[in-house]
Amino acid sequence: MAEELVLDIKDLVVRYDTDAGSVKAVNGINLKLRRKRSIGLVGETGAGKTTTALAILNLVPEPAGVIKNGSILVDGKNILAMSESELQKTRGKGVSMIFQDPMTALNPVFTVGEQIAESIRIHEGVSEKEAMRRAVEMLEIVGIAANRVNDYPHQLSGGMKQRVVIAIALACRAKLLIADEPTTALDVTIQAQVLELIRSYREKYDTAMLLITHDLGIVAESCDEVAVMYAGNIVEYGTLEDVFNQTKHPYTEGLFNSLPNIIERRSKLTPIPGMVPDPTELPEGCVFAERCAYATDECGKTVQADQWLSDTHMVRCSRYCEPDFNIIRRIKT
Amino acid sequence: MSETILQVKNLNKFFQTKKGLLHAVDGVSFDLEIGNTLGVVGESGCGKSTLGRTIIRLIEPTGGEVYFEGKDITKLKGKALISFRKNIQMVFQDPFSSLDSRKTVAQIIAEPIRIHKLAKDKADLERQSLELMDTVGLAKRWYNTYPHQLDGGRRQRIGIARALALRPKILICDEPVSALDVSIQAQILNLLKDLQAERNLTCIFITHDLSVVYNFSDDIAVMYLGKLVEKAPAEELFRNPLHPYTRALLSAIPVPDLSRKKNRIILQGEVTSPINLPDECRFKKRCYECEETCGVAEPVLREVSPGHFVACFHCGSGA
Repeated sequence: MAEELVLDIKDLVVRYDTDAGSVKAVNGINLKLRRKRSIGLVGETGAGKTTTALAILNLVPEPAGVIKNGSILVDGKNILAMSESELQKTRGKGVSMIFQDPMTALNPVFTVGEQIAESIRIHEGVSEKEAMRRAVEMLEIVGIAANRVNDYPHQLSGGMKQRVVIAIALACRAKLLIADEPTTALDVTIQAQVLELIRSYREKYDTAMLLITHDLGIVAESCDEVAVMYAGNIVEYGTLEDVFNQTKHPYTEGLFNSLPNIIERRSKLTPIPGMVPDPTELPEGCVFAERCAYATDECGKTVQADQWLSDTHMVRCSRYCEPDFNIIRRIKT
Repeated sequence: MSETILQVKNLNKFFQTKKGLLHAVDGVSFDLEIGNTLGVVGESGCGKSTLGRTIIRLIEPTGGEVYFEGKDITKLKGKALISFRKNIQMVFQDPFSSLDSRKTVAQIIAEPIRIHKLAKDKADLERQSLELMDTVGLAKRWYNTYPHQLDGGRRQRIGIARALALRPKILICDEPVSALDVSIQAQILNLLKDLQAERNLTCIFITHDLSVVYNFSDDIAVMYLGKLVEKAPAEELFRNPLHPYTRALLSAIPVPDLSRKKNRIILQGEVTSPINLPDECRFKKRCYECEETCGVAEPVLREVSPGHFVACFHCGSGA
């Protein structure tokens, strides 16, 4: 491929070994992200989205978390084979992360200026004074007045704290930005501000982004591609057009149908029956089979593999081996 | 003509803080008809939860009246107040913290029935509790489990069963689905819809999620810094929003539909402090249409077309 790959995840498997059994958090996912592009990783609680993100930074909490298999290439280098000092250089500079909850992601005993300056000082090897000057610059980029630089996190509102978290993530101009539910804790009007901020920054510095969210609306507005995750599997992957308008996986269909519909008011919603399977006891075959309206007896037994329906559109559903199979999602017009 | 069941008149709730008077709910008035649903939307801190709690006097109002079936309930005391509470019940936001973790599902659901002495004997209490569990779709086998053993969706079902136990006429739902995943959220919303239709329940539905409220409500009221800034039938509000804040709020909803590209209004700044408010439009500092007159006085809520109320100097004025 002509465009350079910023991120290349191959067959990643992550487990958490707990007293209650081995939690199969991520089960063989593949994901490629090119420069300037953005992928939305969507799924519900427990789907393995955050674990995937942490694996990219080699931050899966040990000792419970174990990366059993796979490789993660960031800019061509395998994160999983790096020494601790190489990792430190990569984190923040090569890959940076916006964490979900701004209330807990910041250190309460340091000023926001110090927290932004820290990563600049470490990665750019500049003096403390210079790092602080650049921290002030970053604050202004994210829309916070320079005179707040000596404020502590508790003196700022939720929206401002999230801007600080973003300033930290953007400070070293990483090529790859991982945003884990960056706006979930925020109100819609503030969410719109923050998404706009990330968008304009990425445009300026050609940053690639993996955006983790449960909100399909945010994906539609901020991403080029979508990966839908369910019980540790990427069950569908493609461009926005592929996944939103040519939906193939029954789970993706279920997600869309669960959303309150802005067009048909007061219509009954169509929830997905049942619940997410226990991640310690996943079925051998398709993980979605027991909630799936299209499942056959075979589905629960057949090990699911990625099937490419076009150059850009992948689905992990064995029923697409049948030539005539398709789901019947109605596209709302 | 349908019958008005709840009338809120000029309801106020102020909190005294060190920095001054905090206007949580400020002069809110509305009428609610039997079987209808009023959606209350707004951002964190706009006073929507305080409004819900003040209506059923979980928080005492600072001023104003609430008429339930024609009777002012802000004056009720003692036994009369306890007895009145049967009529309006509440479903709380967070099914993780609103259930007593030391009580079993059965005890939680039975508690209101016990307090209001609505069961003849122990067997009757058990029968009623099981019936309620069945109504909200909780399997019998959860009867003796504790809330921590259940997932969020099931816990919220317990919260709903508890609220229904006294056969209330009005249900106040404060962000009942915001802690849940979309597929579970849809299950709970459908349940609430079915219950409402079966029992002719009147609902006040408090949420920050505009697509949920649109799907669920007959009328929608938009709150900003303790005030109602706009109120209209749901379809009218979405088709023809008038207040600059409502328009910004609607434009900010991310829509999972590629064919709907829209002009987004991005508001500058954040919600201002609700403490010691000056006598001017509360939205003035973030408004993209404000003029000098907006700083002179506070706009009042007025009816610009049948059922459509707005508090803004510039909208709907004959245009």
